[in-house]
Amino acid sequence: MSNQVNREVVLIIPMFPNIELAAAQTAYSLAEMMDFDENDIDEIQLAIIETCINAFEHSKSEDKRVSIKFIMRDNELELKITDSGVGFRLDHAAPASSGDIGMKKRGWGLEIIRNMMDEVNIESSEKGTTITMIKRKVSPIRTEGFANT
Amino acid sequence: MRFNLVTRTEETYAVIQTEGYLNGPSGEKLADTAKDLIAEGYTKLVINLEQTRLINSIGISILIEIIELIHQQEGVVHFCNLTPVIQRTFKIMGLVQHAGIFPNEGAAVANL
Repeated sequence: MSNQVNREVVLIIPMFPNIELAAAQTAYSLAEMMDFDENDIDEIQLAIIETCINAFEHSKSEDKRVSIKFIMRDNELELKITDSGVGFRLDHAAPASSGDIGMKKRGWGLEIIRNMMDEVNIESSEKGTTITMIKRKVSPIRTEGFANT
Repeated sequence: MRFNLVTRTEETYAVIQTEGYLNGPSGEKLADTAKDLIAEGYTKLVINLEQTRLINSIGISILIEIIELIHQQEGVVHFCNLTPVIQRTFKIMGLVQHAGIFPNEGAAVANL
């Protein structure tokens, strides 16, 4: 039997501009408490920001709130981000608007989230969406060097 | 959250320093500043992100618009002082193929 102690924090935020920073700040505090390194903390913060703004922009949630549960374990931080909106289909989740030089400008949220976290699971229905993400202390995702130097 | 821009112009180029969270509204401020500089004839820009640690994909999409504007003027835009996570996000979104990424402002200016 595991003697792992679960520690949970629940944050509920309204959908208004910049409030995603409150979620990012909470993630920062908890991840720092768990001794994640600075780069991992930046990755967690970006993932949570992208998840929140996706919910703000696309969920059409009537209660206009997002619930974020942070679950701290010995070697990982799990985030469960839930809205009660209309949901989405993953195969419809990549709207692209390309610019003049061929760069897709929008629709990168899920791609970024998957790149920043070790595990990402998406459950979505017409009753809402929950995105579960896990960051482990020893992450396989690592930074790369500068491109043009 | 506070977002500030500091602009410095030299004879042939301009440097824009950002401070704070780069999202949609602050990205629009940055784009307006870049448009003003282009209108003044500056088509070589360095955007220094040293004081920006948090960014989102909407803010980056506006940076893409700035790159497009500069390219339309046959100019060049370089970014510098990115955190590793911002740099990786730029790579994911394809910016590194169209703009220079440098570790510091001196290197960015030297490669304009």
